[in-house]
Amino acid sequence: MFARCSSSLVRPSAQGFRRFQSTLVVAEHNNETLNPITANAVTAAKKLGGDVTVLVAGTKVGPVSEAAAKLDGVKKVLVAEGDAYKGLLAESLTPLILATQEQHKFTHIVAGATAFGKAVLPRIAAKLDVSPVSDIIGVQSADTFVRTIYAGNAIQTVKSKDAVKVITVRGTNFEPTGAAGSAAAIEKAPEGDFVSKTTEFVSQELTKSDRPSLTAAKIIVSGGRGMKSGDNFKMLYDLADKWGAAVGASRAAVDAGYVPNDLQIGQTGKIVAPELYVAIGISGAIQHLAGMKDSKTIVAINKDAEAPIFQVADYGLVADLFKVVPEINEKC
Amino acid sequence: MSRVLVGVKRVIDYAVKIRVKPDKSGVVTEGVKHSMNPFDEIAVEEAVKLKEKKIASEVVVVSVGPTQSQEVLRTALAMGADRGIHVEVAGKEFDLLQPIHVSKILAKLAQDEKADLVILGKQAIDDDCNQTAQMTAAVLDWPQATFASKVEKEGDTLKVVREVDGGLETIKTKMPAVVSADLRLNTPRYATLPNIMKAKKKPIKKLAPKDLGVDTTPRIEIVSVEDPPVRQAGSVLPDVDTLLTKLRDGGHIK
Repeated sequence: MFARCSSSLVRPSAQGFRRFQSTLVVAEHNNETLNPITANAVTAAKKLGGDVTVLVAGTKVGPVSEAAAKLDGVKKVLVAEGDAYKGLLAESLTPLILATQEQHKFTHIVAGATAFGKAVLPRIAAKLDVSPVSDIIGVQSADTFVRTIYAGNAIQTVKSKDAVKVITVRGTNFEPTGAAGSAAAIEKAPEGDFVSKTTEFVSQELTKSDRPSLTAAKIIVSGGRGMKSGDNFKMLYDLADKWGAAVGASRAAVDAGYVPNDLQIGQTGKIVAPELYVAIGISGAIQHLAGMKDSKTIVAINKDAEAPIFQVADYGLVADLFKVVPEINEKC
Repeated sequence: MSRVLVGVKRVIDYAVKIRVKPDKSGVVTEGVKHSMNPFDEIAVEEAVKLKEKKIASEVVVVSVGPTQSQEVLRTALAMGADRGIHVEVAGKEFDLLQPIHVSKILAKLAQDEKADLVILGKQAIDDDCNQTAQMTAAVLDWPQATFASKVEKEGDTLKVVREVDGGLETIKTKMPAVVSADLRLNTPRYATLPNIMKAKKKPIKKLAPKDLGVDTTPRIEIVSVEDPPVRQAGSVLPDVDTLLTKLRDGGHIK
């Protein structure tokens, strides 16, 4: 069981031999809308060269597959609809994707590096007996990718020797693909009994918010331990609403229970790169910086002038956030 | 009663500011403080808790890596694990060892040790891959419960709350299964001195990947490891008005 396929048989031959590239992008969606990261993943897929196919699996795939078909550069959309895909469990998507791979022989399988992509793609890679490449920030060639290690403190370039490259893509490092003039063909993905016999989706408790999603927001207002309580986050929500911003948090703020987990920005939370990132009461630990230091402009508000956040901030205010944030709220 | 297998990795301590080697081959690890990967401490804690609740009968910890990996095994034993397995991979081979190799090793051990549950951290803070648990589950053909923030046993199934992008998600999964621990799963205990002393007497079995029939041929070539771009130094502003002017001038806000 440990040697599903021998990679030596399918390894590309001589250097410079141009193999036809074809990429499968696994779409992420909620049965209603396509997650924007899919458009970033398509951009990365196009950089790999060759045809781009998007797979949409879910309990309801109509609107999502149409949206995927309209992305520029997508040649084909494969759809798989059924109850098996409730909750998009890795255990039911994996056999579907393996069946799709069996039929189409893609050279690359790609998804966004979200909770969804991170859960599903390594499982597929193991089944194909290939080593996946996580959270890439750049494509150098069809087999050479750039990614970060050590919480973004080093940049690693790796060359994959495997026949099939299984990759997750950091959304913030690839522009989203726009709409095409005409829609791609929509076809059925291979069918089969893909219902998981071991895992069952029970429920989801999603954080409801009218604010933009963290990974897509142009402005993020983020709070840390310095906020002192969940109630004080109201100041940040007010400011965010004025600026049309999303609200994020450091791990300390999440652990203290001020805000829910899904707002966490950092090495182990979300990676964001907005136009403007405003860090309020955040000291700037390595793990937090990993999630936001690619932001275009960083503002830090902290009463500790020695806080490491000031080393990456374009503009800093050394001040008590409880005085300054209300003042900002008042003046804009 | 069930046996739990926990994977632990020795990594550069989370608080260390790493340095890239001048030859761009990797980061400096010699003479740098190492400790157990923080997510793995959470995995160990969860396994020990399962034992305390009499859900698990035995906790076996595994580490794949150089000789010093035994230090993190001892830490896990001091936290309450029963015995350790050290799969020795050192030097250049360890530098190119990837989750695919580790997952095959863990899967083989899970079978050999007749484990009912494998608990791993969701990612190692050095390679930041977030792959091993998913791949171990795949090799074993077991279900996976990734990014777990709550694990409860209900009969012969596990009810797991997962941290997903929009919030939380609950799944039910049959055993045997692989669980990957997120930060919120628990707060790891500190090993007390008596327990550290006791841990010295607990057994650690030493193996090599070939004993388990696992091929560790590298699947990647590390082309380079470099420093990330350095941000231009910014400025400290005197007041809110100056800040708002800068942000308006920069076109960030109206």
